[in-house]
Amino acid sequence: MLEVKNLSMRFGGLLAVDGVSLDVQEREIVSIIGPNGAGKTTVFNCMSGFYKPSGGKIIFEGKEVQGIPDYKISRLGMVRTFQHVRLFTQMTVVENLLVAQHRHLNTNMLAGLFGTPNYKEREQSALDRAAYWLERVGLLDLSNRDAGNLAYGQQRRLEIARCMVTEPKLLMLDEPAAGLNPAETKELNQLIVSLKEDYNVSVVLIEHDMSLVMDISDRINVINQGRPLASGTPEEIRHNDDVIKAYLGEA
Amino acid sequence: MAANNYRHALFCAIVTLIISFPILGFNLEAKGVNIELTGAKTSTIVAVILAAVAVFVFQAYRDSFMGLLGKLPKLNPLAGREPMEQSKRVKLESWVLTGIVVLALFWPFVVSRGSVDLATLVLIYIMLALGLNVVVGLAGLLDLGYVAFYAVGAYTFALLSQYTGISFWMALPIGALLAGLTGMILGFPVLRLRGDYLAIVTLGFGEIIRILLNNWTTLTGGPNGIGGIPEPTLFGMEFGRRIKEEGNTSFHETFGIAYSGEHKVIFLYLIALVLAVITALIIRRFMRMPVGRAWEALREDEIAARSLGLSRTAVKLSAFTIGAFFAGFAGTVFASKQGFISPESFVFLESAIILAIVVLGGMGSQLGVILAAIAVTILPELAREFSEYRMLIFGAAMVLMMVWRPQGLLPMRRIHITLNKQG
Repeated sequence: MLEVKNLSMRFGGLLAVDGVSLDVQEREIVSIIGPNGAGKTTVFNCMSGFYKPSGGKIIFEGKEVQGIPDYKISRLGMVRTFQHVRLFTQMTVVENLLVAQHRHLNTNMLAGLFGTPNYKEREQSALDRAAYWLERVGLLDLSNRDAGNLAYGQQRRLEIARCMVTEPKLLMLDEPAAGLNPAETKELNQLIVSLKEDYNVSVVLIEHDMSLVMDISDRINVINQGRPLASGTPEEIRHNDDVIKAYLGEA
Repeated sequence: MAANNYRHALFCAIVTLIISFPILGFNLEAKGVNIELTGAKTSTIVAVILAAVAVFVFQAYRDSFMGLLGKLPKLNPLAGREPMEQSKRVKLESWVLTGIVVLALFWPFVVSRGSVDLATLVLIYIMLALGLNVVVGLAGLLDLGYVAFYAVGAYTFALLSQYTGISFWMALPIGALLAGLTGMILGFPVLRLRGDYLAIVTLGFGEIIRILLNNWTTLTGGPNGIGGIPEPTLFGMEFGRRIKEEGNTSFHETFGIAYSGEHKVIFLYLIALVLAVITALIIRRFMRMPVGRAWEALREDEIAARSLGLSRTAVKLSAFTIGAFFAGFAGTVFASKQGFISPESFVFLESAIILAIVVLGGMGSQLGVILAAIAVTILPELAREFSEYRMLIFGAAMVLMMVWRPQGLLPMRRIHITLNKQG
C-alpha cells in the first residue's frame, strides 16, 4: 500500500537521506532501524509531509504523495507519532482525542451554534470512539485529567490512541518504546500487534529497542548514514554482516 | 550581601535625584520676552529629596518588603482553598454573568446620562475585547492591528449611510460581514507567520487601514471624518425631537410621552448591551465546538495538530475572521453612538488598550475580559480628579497587576468536556 522509492533529502550541503526505498503491504509491520543520526526520523518527516523530499517518490495507495502538505497526508490515512511525545498538554485526555477527530466532526459553524441533531450525533459518536480507544489503551479512568499530568508511559499510549481515533490505514510510530520500562514495552508490543491483527492497520516503526523490533516486525529496513544498508526479515537482518558491522563497529 | 544591598539602594536613590531634580527643581518663567530659569520652591526640593530617601529605604530593605507582600495573599481567606469543581465553577460563572447582565439592564434608569454614555462605551470595549480574545487568548495569535477591523465596521456604516442612506439595522450585519471579510483577506497572507513577526505585520496592517482612511479624501473625507451618521431606530421610530426621515414616526409621540434626550442614549445603551450579550454567548459556544478545540490545539502544539489533519491556515483564519467580525459589530455601534467618525478614533493606542484589556482580564477568560473592560474604561474616568496624574495612575495600576497577577484578573480555566464513564 505504501511504496517509497529512492527517497533523498538534502539540507544545504548535507545529504541526510540518500536513495532510501521501502515498501509496506497491508497488515504488515515494517521497522526502520539504524544508528543514531542515520536519518530514520528524516524519512518519517518526508513520508508524513513535514519535509518536502529533494528527490524520489512516495506512493500511497497508488497516489504520489511526496510534497503534499502534512495535514492532507494525515487525512489520507497516514498518521504518525513523535519521538518526543507531543500532546496538547493543557487539554484533557478525552479532548486530545476529540481534536484528532476534527475531520470526522460536523465543523459547520452554524450547525454547531444551533446544535443541530446531526452536530450532536457526531459529537456523541466522537465521544464514544474516544471512550472506546481510551478503554483499549487502559486510560479510561484518566479520561478527564489534563494530558500533561499523565505519566510518561501513559502519554505514549495516549499518543497512539490519538492516532487511532483518526482511523488511519498506516500508522507511523517514531520510537514508541523510548523511555518505557520493560513491562510497559511488553504492553506496547501487544498493543502494536493487536493494531495490526484486529484493526487492519499497517505499521511503520522506528525503534532502538531490538527485542521489540525483532519480536513484532514482519520486515526490517536498516539505514546507515542516510543510505540503505540492508532489508529483510528479522532473521536475515540478525545475521547480516554489514548490519553487525554498522552497529558494533569494524572488528 | 548587606553592603551590596546598600550600594544598590544608594545608586537607585542617586538615579532618582538625577532624573527628578532637573525636571522638578527648576522652573522656566517668562519675564517679558525672555525666559528665565529659576529654582523651584523649597517644598518641591524637599519633596524630591524625600522621594530619593524613600527609594533608598525601599531598595535597601527590598527583600523584607517583598516578603511582607508575599504574606498578603495569606490574609485573603480564599487564597488557600482548593480549586472549585468544574461543574460548580461553571454554574457560578454563569450566575455572575447573568447577574452582571441583569444589573446592566437596570443601570440606565437609575444613573445620569453621562454614566449611561460611558457604559455604552464600556459595552463597545467589551465586544471588542471579546472578539480579540478569540484571536489572542484562544488561538494564540498576537494581533496588534485589531483596531483596523473596528474601523472597517464603523466606516462601512458611515459611508453606506452617507451614500445610500442605509439604516443602522441594515448596516450592522453588513459592517460585521465586511470586517470579517477584511480579516480573512488580511489574514490569508500573514497567518503563516508566527509570534513576533505576526504581531509586527498586523500592526502594519492596522496602520495601513488608518492611513488609507486618512488620505482617501474623496471617499472618506480624510481627517475631516464623516458626520451625520443616523442613530438606530426602533421599528421605524426615531428618537430625535423631529423626524429626519420620511415615513418614520418619533418615539415620544408614539407613546405620548414628553421628549427627552435620554431616551436615545438609553436605547443605544440597550442595543449595545444586547449585542455584547450575543457576542459573549456566541463566542462561549464556539469555545466548546470543534473549532474552539482546534484553536487551542493549534496554539498548544502546532506540529501535532497538523499531523492529525488540522489545516493550520483554515483554523487560524477562522479565528481571525471571527474576531474581525465582532470588531465590525462594535464599530457599527460606535459610529452610531458618536454620529461622527474620523481616523483619529482608530489609532494604534486603541489596539493597545483592547489588547491590554484582554491581557489584564486573563487571556481566554470571558468573565475576566468583561471585568477588565469595565475597569480599564472606567478607571481613567474615576481618576479624572487627579487630571494630569491620570495616566500615571493607570500605568501604575498596570505595573502592579503584572507584579501580583501576571496571569490576569481571572485567568482562563477551560470548560473541559467530560466523559461519563459507563460502568
